[in-house]
Amino acid sequence: MTVARRAVEEDFNPVYHQYGPHRAGLPPLAGYFRELWHRREFAAELSKASLRGANINTFFGQAWLVLNPLLLAAIYYLLVTIIRQEHDPAFFTHLTCSLFAFTLVQTAVTSGATSVTGSGKLVLNTAFPRLLIPLSAVRTAFFRFLPTIPVYLILHAISGNPWSPLMLLSLYFLLMMVIFSMGLAAIFATLQVYFRDTSSFLPYFVRLWMYLSPVLWAPEMLNNMGRTIRFLVELNPMYAMLGGYTDLLQEGRMPLDYMWWASAAWAIGTAAVGFLFFMSREREFAVRLV
Amino acid sequence: MSSLSVSSNGTSKYAVKVDDLSITYRTTFERKPTLKTALVRFGRGERAVKEVHAIKNVSFEVRNGSAMGIIGANGAGKSTLMRAMAGILPPTSGSIEVWGRASTLLALGVGFNNALSGRENIILGGLASGLSRKEVEERADQIAEWTELGDFIDMPMRTYSSGMSARVGFSVAVHMRPDILMIDEALSTGDAHFREKANAKMAELRESARAMFLVSHGLGSIKEMCNEAIWLDHGTLMMRGEPEEVVDAYMKFLKVKKSATTTEDI
Repeated sequence: MTVARRAVEEDFNPVYHQYGPHRAGLPPLAGYFRELWHRREFAAELSKASLRGANINTFFGQAWLVLNPLLLAAIYYLLVTIIRQEHDPAFFTHLTCSLFAFTLVQTAVTSGATSVTGSGKLVLNTAFPRLLIPLSAVRTAFFRFLPTIPVYLILHAISGNPWSPLMLLSLYFLLMMVIFSMGLAAIFATLQVYFRDTSSFLPYFVRLWMYLSPVLWAPEMLNNMGRTIRFLVELNPMYAMLGGYTDLLQEGRMPLDYMWWASAAWAIGTAAVGFLFFMSREREFAVRLV
Repeated sequence: MSSLSVSSNGTSKYAVKVDDLSITYRTTFERKPTLKTALVRFGRGERAVKEVHAIKNVSFEVRNGSAMGIIGANGAGKSTLMRAMAGILPPTSGSIEVWGRASTLLALGVGFNNALSGRENIILGGLASGLSRKEVEERADQIAEWTELGDFIDMPMRTYSSGMSARVGFSVAVHMRPDILMIDEALSTGDAHFREKANAKMAELRESARAMFLVSHGLGSIKEMCNEAIWLDHGTLMMRGEPEEVVDAYMKFLKVKKSATTTEDI
């Protein structure tokens, strides 16, 4: 695993591996990521297989991917309308835009958490960079998110929001959310190996996190909130990412500078920490899964 | 046997060299470790980490062209040893050197996802072990054909009998063109026809692969297929030598009478 395996054509130069003792150290990073890249097809195939397993290739499977977030958006819209006692169709567009993106991160994290423990035999019987497993879960989440983009664009058109070339820049924030999810998926996948109830706590954590993110409320409302809440919200990585994303996609306006760099810092920082944490622990997974 | 292990051109006359290997698991008592129980234990001031000494100071080396049988009672550390040689489990102390790509077939089959078909599991297993998509797809057809499962190969693996998944697993391991073939208990659930076919395939691979490891409770097949054997007991290497001698010593140790049933199923 630590030594790059060569292609089969190189049968004449037998590959040499030496396995020595190590408990929690990191494998050589360059070799690890080379191997990871070499086997990216595996992550793709694992993700495709799980999509097939969820019947995504059938008509109703596809329809469900669109219906599920729409129903969720409708429920939240009803809730918000009752609480605010006013009906605001423009807010429905904001709600779908940010809820779909938040669901991407949520799915990536929750399915990433159980990805390693759920692939028992594969981890037990094959040596490969384990990081591929949570990354594959993030890929699956992304492909489940894709069908919601046209849905949003239709709602965008119906509610008469502006169309602007700036909307394309929202892809930057989408990318940051994906990178951020990769890091989180790696962290929670590792925790799940040690504490199998992590995945039971996770939904509560994620729900709380959603309430602190600009999904059920618009970023403009932040000014009306108390200092503690404001502090918590601004500390929330999803505030910058979702805020920038909805500013660009929904309003077609440039987000604050702070949102650009805070998103990148959170995404790259979380991915670095998550990957290193995962990699430092992954050689113990086979033992923990027995 | 104890001369230089690596010659000047970088190739080795050994396929695998295990040097003073010990593997100790640190696991918790619980079947499923949870944060809740961890907190409860912490509150009571207990430590729940249990050390399992799966392999204790085992050393041996395997020359190119050997077929080594590994025998021992359940829980003797046979599968742990194989996983360590495949690079799946890290050694706690000591070292393992392997010259070549190892193909593993451990604990019956590659089928890790029962919702997927046999073919999909084959493709995933191949990609995980580092083959390119083109190589995998070529081989998936060969493998599917070799298993003789017919239409079942495209059915979910949860519909397979244990013998059928053993066929898939075995077929994957032998078709990956490994330098070092590791087979763990694969033959115990196959029917007579499959056993015969598998034996023939293993004999063929013994010629081409650098080394072969066979873990089996079927002592007959160890005697038949292997030219060397080791016997593990509770993680300790008890004996190494000719398969006949090692099997006899092992049976004597277990105090079982040599009969047709024992040679196949101990």
